[in-house]
Amino acid sequence: MFQKLKPKTLLFIIVVIAVVAGIFDYQPLWGTISNFRPWNLGLDLAGGSVLTYNIDLSKVPAADEQSVVNGLRDVIEKRVNLFGVSEPKVYIETVGSSERLVVELAGVKDVNQAIKEIGATPFLDFREVQEIPATSTAALSTSSTSTLAGQNLAFIPTGLNGRYVVGAQMSFNSVTNQPQVDIEFNSQGATLFQDLTSKNVGKPIAIFLDDQLIEMPVVQETITGGKAEITGNFTVQTAQTLVERFNAGALPAPITLVNQQTISSNFGKNALDTAILAGIVGTLAVMVFMLIYYKKLGIFASVALLIYVSVTLAIFKIVPVTMTLSGIAGFILSIGMAVDANVLVFERTKEELQRGLSHASAVEEGFKRAWTSIRDSNVSTLITSAVLYYFTSSFVQGFALSLFIGVLVSLFSAITTTRTLLRVFESREKKQLA
Amino acid sequence: MNTKMKFLNVVENRKYYLSFAAVIVLASWLCVIFLGLKPGIDLSGGTEWQVAFTSGNVSVSEVQSVLSSAGLSELTVRSLGPNQFDIETPEMSEASHQQYADALKTKIGSFNDENFSSIGPTVGSELAHKSMTAIILVLIGISLYIAYAFRKVSEPVKSWKYGLITLATLVHDVSIPAGFLALLGFFRGIEIDTNFIVALLVIMGFSVHDTIVVFDRIRENLLVARGKKTSLAEVIDYSVRETFARSVNTSFTLMLVLIALLVFGPQSLFYFILTILIGTIFGTYSSIFVASPLLYLWQKKD
Repeated sequence: MFQKLKPKTLLFIIVVIAVVAGIFDYQPLWGTISNFRPWNLGLDLAGGSVLTYNIDLSKVPAADEQSVVNGLRDVIEKRVNLFGVSEPKVYIETVGSSERLVVELAGVKDVNQAIKEIGATPFLDFREVQEIPATSTAALSTSSTSTLAGQNLAFIPTGLNGRYVVGAQMSFNSVTNQPQVDIEFNSQGATLFQDLTSKNVGKPIAIFLDDQLIEMPVVQETITGGKAEITGNFTVQTAQTLVERFNAGALPAPITLVNQQTISSNFGKNALDTAILAGIVGTLAVMVFMLIYYKKLGIFASVALLIYVSVTLAIFKIVPVTMTLSGIAGFILSIGMAVDANVLVFERTKEELQRGLSHASAVEEGFKRAWTSIRDSNVSTLITSAVLYYFTSSFVQGFALSLFIGVLVSLFSAITTTRTLLRVFESREKKQLA
Repeated sequence: MNTKMKFLNVVENRKYYLSFAAVIVLASWLCVIFLGLKPGIDLSGGTEWQVAFTSGNVSVSEVQSVLSSAGLSELTVRSLGPNQFDIETPEMSEASHQQYADALKTKIGSFNDENFSSIGPTVGSELAHKSMTAIILVLIGISLYIAYAFRKVSEPVKSWKYGLITLATLVHDVSIPAGFLALLGFFRGIEIDTNFIVALLVIMGFSVHDTIVVFDRIRENLLVARGKKTSLAEVIDYSVRETFARSVNTSFTLMLVLIALLVFGPQSLFYFILTILIGTIFGTYSSIFVASPLLYLWQKKD
């Protein structure tokens, strides 16, 4: 489609796009024009905390895993939103066969408090109680057995747990006047609860909170309607806290903190500034080198490089790619590679000139013949960045994505931009000579 | 042909160039085997904590003694700059982090908690495993691509020879930075982390880049030389001369931005960039002085 346009028209379009992209990239200026797409900075540059939790899915049937994991994410998201952190991110990361919950909190001051709050999300489950003869106690794992009032008991998980809870409130027991917690199940939970109680009339069922037995009431009759009362040894205070936590959402599966990172905003700002400085110095150094070595051709390469930087940054911003330190490093590396295509073309052009071609046709021939080398040599970097993107986690992904986009844009820019520049200015020169 | 720059007669000088490469690769392997690579906390699990004291003249031993008297038994403290320290310990909970932070604050003075990351051992080993998968996949991907790119060549040099030699230079380019990091680990306590593995993968991509340009030209010139009396050695030397400027220049522009990142860029990326820089320098060497002589040697034997 570009062939049909006159070189001058095409150059005009490219320059307009580059200038608009440049204004869009430069946030201090763009910010005064529009609120559209400000830069999306990663936590390593903006400062903040990343908390990674392991999700224990061992007690969840395989078919339910996806819904449990999604439910878990929603619950944590609700809790995290309570902190009032701006745009918290909660997402699931699949690592091999296990699932991880990642919480990103930008600019949170007290991580300790955040960890406590997230960890405090209660994990409630109901278990059946089985009396077992004393002799076989040893055969059962100790975590699910307990000795209560001299009896040996085994607790069997039932699948009814906090993920079915839709609401909770505190009330006072009509007989003992002790504070108690009334919980309400959703329809699915109500069915499970009905089945459980009808199966166990006259027998106790055990209620566990965070893996601790809190109560073992005896079922009087089948309970329909999905309401349960928990009457542990609550004080008004503890009952109130539990109610609040249930209302914020109970965890459908237990989680443990396995990875934590906190970066101060000062540290991030500093890293960002130095990376930008390095990028500017690197770009200038490449431009100076191209000017010294390739003289006039170097001017075109330098202009093309500036256009490349401006357009690529605009693509990052519009996608939007979250800019991390490693992502910026990947982009700066791609600046060093973006002129490679020009080097290959210019060297080829020199050869064609030596063979006696005219200046203009040497340039055209140079582009045509260098293309296979340019393509072949960039494909290996594209392969590397694609593999890196799909097989690694966040740090590396930022690097891989920006390197990938950078190399792709550079393939376009080296060919289209530099060639158009040369076509416009080389032909004008010819006219002047004539 | 330019008769100056005799060092570009790579076939004639192959003994020196190949021996140099062999010696340095061997030395790198010995470094890796005997000195070992120290895994960083993101691969083995542990805590990395960076603090910057706001005033005074704090020393490494001061930080070390305050933390160990507060109960941290296993720790290494490194200085990152004036009043800036990097503390490494086994995995630590947020509660103990706060406790040690309080100890530092009361005994030494106020500081900025710049960066705190604690990684469980399972996460670390998973990451190491994933990195290995990535390396293997990149190797397979690149090999397949080379086989594809050179599929049309068969005479007089078989296409798979270009492919295997490209892989050999790739091993060369990756071994040397690995050996260098082993040395740095031994003398300066530098650890390898995910960044290091990413750096190796990036080097692989770049390494093939340069070698393909030279081989492309040899392939082209062999076609031109068909039926003429030109020897293989002449064709190879001629091709290397022709592509010398572009091999050096494409690498040089990359080195310029790498050096800018090393000098002005963020401290946390220093060794990542350094690894890529070393790989790029030796990658350029191998594409000029190793790949083509190897091709000559192999072809001559058959």
